[in-house]
Amino acid sequence: MHGALHHTIARHARSIRAGIRMAAITALLAHAPASLRAQGTGNPADVAFMQGMIGHHGQALRMTSLVPERTTRADVRMLAEKIEASQLGEITTMKRWLADHHQEIPADPMASGPHTGMQMSGNMKMDMPALMPGMLTEQEMAQLAATKGADFDKQFLTFMIRHHEGALTMVARLLGTAGAAQESQMFGFSSDVDADQRGEIKRMRAMLNAPAQKNTRGK
Amino acid sequence: MRSALQNRHLRAAFGIALVASAAITSNAVAQSDPRVGLKPGINDAGEAAKGMELVGHGMKPDNMQNASNPGDFGFLNSDLAFQGKFVFQGSFNGFQIWDVSNVTKPALRMTFVCPGGQGDPSVYGHLLFISVEETRGRVDCGAQGVTDSVSKDRFRGVRIFDITDMDHPKQIAAVQTCRGSHTHTLVVNKSDKNNLYLYVSGTAPARSPSELAGCSGKDATDDANTSRFRIDVIQVPLAAPQNARIVSNPRIFATGTNIAGLWKGGNHGEGTQTTSGTDQCHDITVYAEMGLAAGACSGNGIVLDIKDPVHPKRIAEVSDPNFAYWHSATFSNDAKKVVYTDEWGGGTQPKCQSTDKLTWGADAIFSLDKGKMTPGGYFKVPAPQTATENCVAHNGMLIPVPGRDIMAQGWYQGGLAVFDFTDVSHPVEIAYFDRGPMSADKLYISGEWAAYWYNGNVYASEIGRGLDILQLKPTDMLSQNEIDAAKLITSTEMNPQAQTKIVWPASFSVSRAYLDQLGRNSGLASDKASKITADLDAAEKLSGGAQKSALNKLASSIQGEVKGASDQARVRALAESVKKLAESK
Repeated sequence: MHGALHHTIARHARSIRAGIRMAAITALLAHAPASLRAQGTGNPADVAFMQGMIGHHGQALRMTSLVPERTTRADVRMLAEKIEASQLGEITTMKRWLADHHQEIPADPMASGPHTGMQMSGNMKMDMPALMPGMLTEQEMAQLAATKGADFDKQFLTFMIRHHEGALTMVARLLGTAGAAQESQMFGFSSDVDADQRGEIKRMRAMLNAPAQKNTRGK
Repeated sequence: MRSALQNRHLRAAFGIALVASAAITSNAVAQSDPRVGLKPGINDAGEAAKGMELVGHGMKPDNMQNASNPGDFGFLNSDLAFQGKFVFQGSFNGFQIWDVSNVTKPALRMTFVCPGGQGDPSVYGHLLFISVEETRGRVDCGAQGVTDSVSKDRFRGVRIFDITDMDHPKQIAAVQTCRGSHTHTLVVNKSDKNNLYLYVSGTAPARSPSELAGCSGKDATDDANTSRFRIDVIQVPLAAPQNARIVSNPRIFATGTNIAGLWKGGNHGEGTQTTSGTDQCHDITVYAEMGLAAGACSGNGIVLDIKDPVHPKRIAEVSDPNFAYWHSATFSNDAKKVVYTDEWGGGTQPKCQSTDKLTWGADAIFSLDKGKMTPGGYFKVPAPQTATENCVAHNGMLIPVPGRDIMAQGWYQGGLAVFDFTDVSHPVEIAYFDRGPMSADKLYISGEWAAYWYNGNVYASEIGRGLDILQLKPTDMLSQNEIDAAKLITSTEMNPQAQTKIVWPASFSVSRAYLDQLGRNSGLASDKASKITADLDAAEKLSGGAQKSALNKLASSIQGEVKGASDQARVRALAESVKKLAESK
């Protein structure tokens, strides 16, 4: 067997806030009855990573959904298809992990805008960065959506590389957090995210520098 | 060229000739397979088998599982190694030793809790080697994990145990590596009797140089000394195994001065698979007697010259547009074929559903000639599995039937399959065993990690359920004589990724196996085959000089039939086997 998961990226401030709230719940559960603890509620950093990564994937899906209508390149389209194809399986895995650990599962990331997240108590919100590493602001998302053709391809690859690098940062932070990724599945999952993001970044960098392949199937 | 493979594949699997234009879809044919619709369950799942039967099963012990989560990754069973009457079963939680003196009742001799995944085992004399890759692994085998992100307590690499006292294995060395050890392979070099070598494949992120000096997870362009794009070679001095250490880090993916010289990652064009970039091997199978190793290395299949085990040299590489992740490799006995497996989805995904291609997540078979590899066909378990069954090609090895290339292989919850790849372009399934899913509602990681022939039985490591022991049964695709001939091959120690040359002893069953094969493929006129069969039976009843003389006479008479036969090579092999019999008398 080699690790569990895959590529891609993206996430949402909303999910981050959810992650923080879950961390608080996790802390409470540390004092929960043994019967509940025996099921395992997960390390707080692991929980936040999984919840955050679901949103992170969600933003990647929003980005790739822009591709078919805008790209002129077959390689960009195929990359986007690959990212999309892997998303559902990964999100399913992350949701299952959260359910197994009795943690809240973020709402469907595809439905997310910047302001549709769950309500947070004010003091928790204060500590939150606006976006996790590599994520696009809503303004940047709009900017990407407004481009077409070669401009779009360049912008998409540039943003997606940044987005992937953000995922690498998330993994590095996870592995650098005391007590994190001690569960086999978390280790395997984060290892895979790391390997896949690295590979795709390399590929996208090459695509940015490569002569465009004509997209024969797109619009 | 390859678009015809799916049909061929099915034809092979069912042993019937399908008209190319027949409106039989893979699904329609496969739905009639007894493996479809098996009852779910952990210990009471439905079972289907063909050409083999489950004769023994050892339940996963309580301390090697999480009772509340049968799919807990921390407790998965992994690979197997064999010595005498013992089977060593790796686990993400440590290892187990089974006494299989009675194959119908495997007895758990001991369990050793020492978490860290994947627990890939190898055994050599009184030494047991175990791979560890996760950050929770501890030097002291503790189960509490390692809290600090940098810690001297953390262990990722290969543990070496002294198992002289099998009930109390003693860790005598623990060789740390930068990426840990996902798998390792034992390399025994006959010209270096003082040392063993281990080829260590690390697939996980490199650790911090603050934890282990020199480690780097950087890309090749950013760091010429990166811990990626290499394997680690550990030397184990047999007189002092506690002094085991890394002696080289071969850059086996290099082309010229570029250490990242192989597949960069990405797809191969419209409609193809996306293949991982080559910055690691997942597993390496060595064939020391041939001076070769086959590496399944994420983005490529490679072949190494290992005559100097410390400095393996790549002599061939291949890529495949249907492969996602090159996972493991098996040589044919003559080393003229290599079966590579593709672990599409990493082993945790259900990649054998009716909608999944039979050429993805499959075995690809290549012929190998003087460092050149040529693609043949693909093999994948033909029966569609459910969405709650993780399934993809996984670990296996040869079943020593003379005259044929046959392999047993685990397919996770796709069960295990035995297939014939004598014809590289047309692999054929000849036996299988499968259970229903662990659950109808939820995918718990489970199924057959590996299936290996050892001294007459097929042993399979069930990730979530324990140890399975199976025996082959004769069918029209594998005769009793062929099974008997396979049973002639025994060993006192066996590590599946360290292949050894199979040489059949003189035996009537070897000759009869060839005769059965000539009957099956009409390689020799049936009247001639019947005459040889009768003469062989008659010779067996004789003794002493009369028997020797009868066998010699028969061998020459068979040799005389070679020219007129349609399968000359097999008739020649038959003649040689009878001659060998005569010489043994």
